[in-house]
Amino acid sequence: MTDPTFPGPRSDAGNVARPNPAFALLSILGRTLLPVFVTLFGLAALTFFIGRMLPIDPVASILGDNATQEAYEKMSRALGMDKPLWYQFGVYVKGILSLDFGDALTTGKPVMQDIARVFPATIELATLAIVIGTGLGIPAGVLSAMYRNSWLDNAIRFTGLIGYSAPNFWLGLMGLVLFYATLGWIGGPGRIDFIYEFDLEPVTGFHLIDSALAGNWEIFRNVFGHIILPASILGFGALAYISRMTRSFMIEQLAQEYIVTARVKGLSWARTVWVHAFRNVAVQVLTVVALSYAFLLEGAVLTETVFAWPGFGRYLTNALLVGDMNAVVGCSLLVGVIFVTLNLICDLLYRVFDPRTR
Amino acid sequence: MTDKSLSRTAKIAASSGSLGLWLRAPVPTSPFHARMQQLWLQWRRLRSNASALFGLCVVVVMLLAALLAPILATHDIYEQNLAARLLAPSFQHWLGTDELGRDVYSRLLFGARITLYIALLTTVIVAPIGLIVGTTAGYLGGWVDTVLMRIVDVFLAFPNLILALAFVAALGPGIQNAIIAISLASWPPIARLARAETLTIRKSDYIAAMRLQGASSARIIFGHIVPMCIPSVVVRVTLNMAAIILTAAGLGFLGLGAQPPSPEWGTMLSSGREFVMTSWWIAAIPGTAILLTSLAFNLLGDGLRDILDPRHG
Repeated sequence: MTDPTFPGPRSDAGNVARPNPAFALLSILGRTLLPVFVTLFGLAALTFFIGRMLPIDPVASILGDNATQEAYEKMSRALGMDKPLWYQFGVYVKGILSLDFGDALTTGKPVMQDIARVFPATIELATLAIVIGTGLGIPAGVLSAMYRNSWLDNAIRFTGLIGYSAPNFWLGLMGLVLFYATLGWIGGPGRIDFIYEFDLEPVTGFHLIDSALAGNWEIFRNVFGHIILPASILGFGALAYISRMTRSFMIEQLAQEYIVTARVKGLSWARTVWVHAFRNVAVQVLTVVALSYAFLLEGAVLTETVFAWPGFGRYLTNALLVGDMNAVVGCSLLVGVIFVTLNLICDLLYRVFDPRTR
Repeated sequence: MTDKSLSRTAKIAASSGSLGLWLRAPVPTSPFHARMQQLWLQWRRLRSNASALFGLCVVVVMLLAALLAPILATHDIYEQNLAARLLAPSFQHWLGTDELGRDVYSRLLFGARITLYIALLTTVIVAPIGLIVGTTAGYLGGWVDTVLMRIVDVFLAFPNLILALAFVAALGPGIQNAIIAISLASWPPIARLARAETLTIRKSDYIAAMRLQGASSARIIFGHIVPMCIPSVVVRVTLNMAAIILTAAGLGFLGLGAQPPSPEWGTMLSSGREFVMTSWWIAAIPGTAILLTSLAFNLLGDGLRDILDPRHG
């Protein structure tokens, strides 16, 4: 590089302006990963606080009230209750690092094993929900911005507001009453009808994919009938958020001068909006989608309870109701880690794909 | 409004003919006059915003219903009458009866008390904590900022409901614990907001002037930064109320919030769940109440943002 006070020949200016992308990525990783590690450590501390310090008697909260004196003392020793707090925290963090959250009271198996068992059901539900939410939410948001303040815009915004304000467990109940009990269009609660349950060879753990792989379309239809309502209701919440954010991003873009330029050049309005304006907000929208995916985990807790969906949310709820702190702490920690990871991915996506942030 | 300011309003109104003239006067005569005029202007702007006005009306109706619940109710909310269970809406029972023969309309009114109690108490706890943490972090900067914002980040790494659930699991179910849990889960966004506002203010000249005059950090924060953050915090808190209502209802629905036979709306929904296939009103009515209330706070919040915080509109 030349001395900044003496702008010399500009032959090497091109090299300076374009840093090696791999190097940029590394430096970004360094700058973003440190806070992430601090946050993860904080997550461990917070869950430790919730699991071990808030309950008046952590041992009883793990074993339940009916534990024998012998079991109580054994658990007390296993938790290291006689040791100082910092030592207990150290043991706890060590357990987390080796993915060991202890045994769940409800099933008697390690919490991590339980979560691995129930997670595919939730992932399947959440993925279909985000497909619905994105597929409808992005066009809705763009249309809303294109026809700002028209009846269409108002209708879309109002629908979005309902999505924000309606308790999704209630929507689920009402949906079951209408589409299952009254109209009989869909399957009831659960993931699959009982008669098919053992016909399905678990390959991926996702029922839709498994049945399609086996070529058994009867089961596929049955599974689809079960998943479509909960996925639509979860997707509705995601749609509300995605369309609202897309609308405000697009309004900002459509006010820019390059839009006028494109129009003056003679491009059609649709092409200007979708090809020129939307491309500039695509990364922002993508991060919004990623964040709503994380929020679906929260929505899943209540939706799964209503639909008797054997996933992560119902596992967490059952653990809560019996006060199974190991499972509760394990689940919340996992959600926290997923949240932080998705945030980190969004951050990286932004910086890698959006040259304006470099 | 205090007695003093009321009497002052009355005096000025009497001297200038009417309150309307006083409020529309082209030149305010005192700081108090100016403030009242601004309030008047903001009210006029809110009035012209139909959806915000609708939100405000619903909130006011809710407050009245909660206040006047003992007068408006037609039946005892705990009295069970198994002969009259699961009755459809009629003149006798305006919104029908539930699985134990209790009047749904009367329970709905008393449920409004619980919902508003949770939402208001949580807000009263959360807003000051968020304001103090956020402004302190933003104004002092340095390691105070880093530490406080890391703590905020940790809390923000959990979705609201999951964190509230974890706290309730540790503390035990019940309304008080639900309030504590929701508060613990919902202060961080306010702290973030207050910090962002503070960062835009702290370099202004009037803060520098205060500093040169020898004002302490505490005095600057509480006397000059916090008041500047209040409009955006009010907007945020109003929008938050909608989220709090949904979380509280969710906790009630899962059986971790208010406990039966409490007429909390989420609890009503969960106890009527088994009968919903045959008696739709048991779940439809409390659910609609939750939806309307949360929608009203969302609309009101959006409207307030247009008025108080036009930058982010």
